[in-house]
Amino acid sequence: MKERLVELKEEALNKVAEAEDAKQLQEVRVAYLGKKGPITEVLRGMGKLSKEERPVIGQLANEVRETIAGEIETKQQQLEKVALEKQLKEEALDVTLPGRPNPTGGPHLLTKLIEDIEDLFIGMGFEVAEGPEVEQDYYNFEALNLPKGHPARDMQDSFYITEELLMRTHTSPVQARTMEKHEGKGPVKIICPGKVYRRDTDDATHSHQFTQIEGLYVDENVRMSDLKGVLNAFAKQMFGQSREIRLRPSFFPFTEPSVEMDISCKMCHGDGCSVCKGTGWIEILGAGMVHPNVLRMAGFDPEKYSGFAFGMGPERIAMLKYGIDDIRHFYTNDVRFLKQFHHA
Amino acid sequence: MLVSLNWLKQYVDIDDISPEDLAEKITKSGIEVEGIETLGDELKNIVVGYVKSCEQHPNADKLNVCQVDVGDEELQIICGAPNVQAGQKVAVAKPGARLPGGMKIKKTKLRGEVSNGMICSQQELGTDPKFVQKEFEDGIFVFPEDAEVGADAVELLNLDDTILEFELTPNRSDCLSMNGVGYEVAAVLDRTLLLPNIEVDTTTQKASDHIQVKVEEPELNPYYGAFVIQNVKVGPSPLWMRNRLIAAGIRPINNVVDITNYVLLEYGQPLHAFDYDRFGSKEVVIRAAREGEKIKTLDDEERTLKSEHLVITNGEKPVAIAGVMGGADSEVHEGTTNILLEAAFFNPLAVRTASKHHGIRSEASIRYEKGVDPNRVKEAGQRACQLLQQHAGGEVLSGEVEFNDLDVSEPVIDFDTDQINQKLGTSIATDEMATIFERLQFEYQQDGEHFTVYAPTRRGDITIVEDIVEEVARIYGYDYLPYTLPEGASTAGGLTVQQQLKRKIHQYLQGAGLNEAMTYSLTSEKGAGMFVDPVLKERNPQPVKLAMPMSEAHSHLRLTLLPEMIASVKYNIARRQQDIALYELGSVYISEEKQITKQPEEKRRLAAAISGTWVSHQWQKDVKTVDFFVLKGIVEGLLSMLRLHNVSFEAATMEELHPGRTAVIKVNGDHVGFIGQVHPFVQTEWDLNDTYVFELDLDYLLEHADLEESYEPIPRYPSVTQDLAFVVDESTKAKHMMDVITEAGSPFLKDIQVFDIYQGEHMEEGKKSIAYTLRFQDPEATLKDEQIEKVREQIVQAMEEKFNAELRG
Ligand SMILES: [Zn+2]
Repeated sequence: MKERLVELKEEALNKVAEAEDAKQLQEVRVAYLGKKGPITEVLRGMGKLSKEERPVIGQLANEVRETIAGEIETKQQQLEKVALEKQLKEEALDVTLPGRPNPTGGPHLLTKLIEDIEDLFIGMGFEVAEGPEVEQDYYNFEALNLPKGHPARDMQDSFYITEELLMRTHTSPVQARTMEKHEGKGPVKIICPGKVYRRDTDDATHSHQFTQIEGLYVDENVRMSDLKGVLNAFAKQMFGQSREIRLRPSFFPFTEPSVEMDISCKMCHGDGCSVCKGTGWIEILGAGMVHPNVLRMAGFDPEKYSGFAFGMGPERIAMLKYGIDDIRHFYTNDVRFLKQFHHA
Repeated sequence: MLVSLNWLKQYVDIDDISPEDLAEKITKSGIEVEGIETLGDELKNIVVGYVKSCEQHPNADKLNVCQVDVGDEELQIICGAPNVQAGQKVAVAKPGARLPGGMKIKKTKLRGEVSNGMICSQQELGTDPKFVQKEFEDGIFVFPEDAEVGADAVELLNLDDTILEFELTPNRSDCLSMNGVGYEVAAVLDRTLLLPNIEVDTTTQKASDHIQVKVEEPELNPYYGAFVIQNVKVGPSPLWMRNRLIAAGIRPINNVVDITNYVLLEYGQPLHAFDYDRFGSKEVVIRAAREGEKIKTLDDEERTLKSEHLVITNGEKPVAIAGVMGGADSEVHEGTTNILLEAAFFNPLAVRTASKHHGIRSEASIRYEKGVDPNRVKEAGQRACQLLQQHAGGEVLSGEVEFNDLDVSEPVIDFDTDQINQKLGTSIATDEMATIFERLQFEYQQDGEHFTVYAPTRRGDITIVEDIVEEVARIYGYDYLPYTLPEGASTAGGLTVQQQLKRKIHQYLQGAGLNEAMTYSLTSEKGAGMFVDPVLKERNPQPVKLAMPMSEAHSHLRLTLLPEMIASVKYNIARRQQDIALYELGSVYISEEKQITKQPEEKRRLAAAISGTWVSHQWQKDVKTVDFFVLKGIVEGLLSMLRLHNVSFEAATMEELHPGRTAVIKVNGDHVGFIGQVHPFVQTEWDLNDTYVFELDLDYLLEHADLEESYEPIPRYPSVTQDLAFVVDESTKAKHMMDVITEAGSPFLKDIQVFDIYQGEHMEEGKKSIAYTLRFQDPEATLKDEQIEKVREQIVQAMEEKFNAELRG
């Protein structure tokens, strides 16, 4: 009997080793460990054995069972691993194939620039003010020290609707309106972005519609050096800490003194190149101290209050920043143009 | 204004400063120098030659063989110019000479004859053909007889000059004259100014015996000075004068005309010379033109006048449009001997009106429009008399005849040093400020720190203390202003709620896959009538029209954003960009007035247009073309983001949209916009592919968005889902069914989703099956099967009652 058990064990272990898949292994299990299996049969025949032999054989039989069961378990794990490996291998992807794209959109470059500029001035305590695009002649011109007949307000250059109504030519009327609302009491700190219109034929450098962003700061004792300081802070944040600013005298009817602000050329750092037309400087914005007539007309006492105003063209800034050569790109909405500034 | 540096040298010593440095200094103190042009940079070896003989070329009809004395040698030069003659002094480019454009002159043979150089025209020497005087236009330039043989022709023709181009702002018309430029440059450089010196010898005859002046419109013509100069000989003006005119961009004509132009450049004061003998009377009468009156001007145009135009007349008929252009009949010509010279001050607006009406922008009208210096009108006339005497042999009659009602007073401006410093943020010393006024040659009185400045009339832009602030700042130097920050109380700043919300809407739409577009607010007349929101249409809005549009495509204010957005879609399609997803936030302009009198109402709208492929993932066969529901999903998501609930889409029709694929959008019963496919007819007309659009009332969304942040606890008890499919008439709307189900499923029904729609085989004609997934939940307890069963029965019953719906097994 003992021999028979050892024989069975050898036999079973061989079969386990030979089993190639879970099914064959299960057959081995049923064949040797099942209720009708040979080991059970051996145990059933134990009644014929002597009292002394029984526990010995019984123990041996259990050992044999356990050994076989253990080997089957080990083999099963091994087979499962192989099967899994095979499956994973089959499941392998070409990870270089393209992924499923999601529809993505983005901001218009001008909106992005305007928001950036708004945020810079909000950080300096400004609020954003808006106003109508169809303006009264009074707010667009007269309130800004451009009385009727002034050479700088040529009818030919503006889209008039009636004698008294026109498409605003700048966002300055928002300044006049906002000051009026303050009823002569400062401070007024606003930034006014918006669309403006000029009677131009559209070409690479002219557009009958464009955007503007203007700022106004009115309070007691505002000095021209404050204008210089604020513009400098703005330019450094907007264009980079290494950029210098330069103010040049200029003329606008609504400011006195008036200035144009240049920033040092990024390309040549002031040495002169084709971008800055050899000057080392690039004109960025117009500004000045609010003309006393403008303050007075908006209900502020120019003896007590002073202020500065500035204005710039986001199109121009965008064109300089990205080297865009045609202003019409901003309004024709070619998707190949729009998609380039998703991350601007 | 073109400023010749050779000329400027007579006013201010600028020999030690390079044109570039000078330009930089002028620019930084207020007048932008736009260009620096050095004329004859490349010119070399060009001299004055004397044509000793000029014979026809033996082998060429149109060529001449000239023997030319160039001082140190005699050269044989072949010349094809029709005006070459023996005895002329000409500009000779010797062998080795260089002409503009790098052209080199070499010894050569022309048809067998040696040519040792070239006799030059002015054009060949680089002069703009526009400014070459008529007689030399088609041939070589001829020097005056007194030109020295062998002398440097480049210098004689002022081709060694450098021209600065001043870009003048409207307030600095004082620099439309060399005198004004002189004042400016002297101030900027802090150097002495030399002005032209006027000395006129007059005859004993009195001008007033020959002419009288009568001004009928003193408001429009407060000063008129008439000078009489006799016995002039009309001929070429001196070469230096011609050179300066050319440098300033004026073509030389003859000495009389050139002198008036020269003084115009010197003084900024336009003058006019009439032929005294052809003037037609002995009286100058300045009056308003009669409506319809005619005059033939110098340019040989017959012009019809209007009553708002001011004219110079001989008492009978107009002889000049005041400040704009003279008449042809009294024009100075070759045979003129006696001259009536006008030096006047005309009202800027009157000149502007007439010059615009007639489309004439002359050197004179430009200066009158900006206002001339009232204190130098007469002086300019005297200067011209002096030059006519010197260079045209004229005899100046004594005593100009004047009408003079001119205000020549100077604005008086009072201030303290401190006041200026406070406005600038500087601490400029009183003495330094006084120096600045000295440099500017402003007359002033000083009492300690107090100044009284008499602003010179040549600087019409200086009237108030702020103007003085600017003058001080620009001469002191903007570069030296300190950088400070305002000292007033700081304020918080920030965006309003609506401005913040607008940014959130941008972000949502971009995240949803749309690209922000910016279109034109001005559209065509046709565009203004398209895609008008049905609710707006009921108000019968009148598209606002521009008085003077630049093009038909942009003549009217838009009533909706869509026409221009559709134009952008079309633009892309035309460039083979088929996949388009655009949105825009912008204003529309609504007026109901037929004749607009007040500002239109500006309403903010939000529009989108999509076309082409929405998702393209081809290798996994996941390709989605845009459709109604892609766009609807974006709208639903937006409204949900703004927490606008109770949203409904109701089938509607609009002329430009597909009749079966259009809906109006409502929030709590309020109309907020529309959505739909562009009508196939419109698509065809605009060459579009299938395009879906929506437009929403942005003002409404911003005003009604619910911004209250709130939190609902996460349910602790599980929810149960059940699928129900109903067979209904195909016309039954999904939303109506969902409303009924929602009501019947209350309070445990938490969510309802459509998961299938079926129509066709195994389905009765005219019926459809629609399947919903329902999710039930009780926040307080776990739902029991009986509870769910009961709700389910309620729903089935309600559906049967309302829609005759049959539960599908
Ligand atoms: Zn540069």
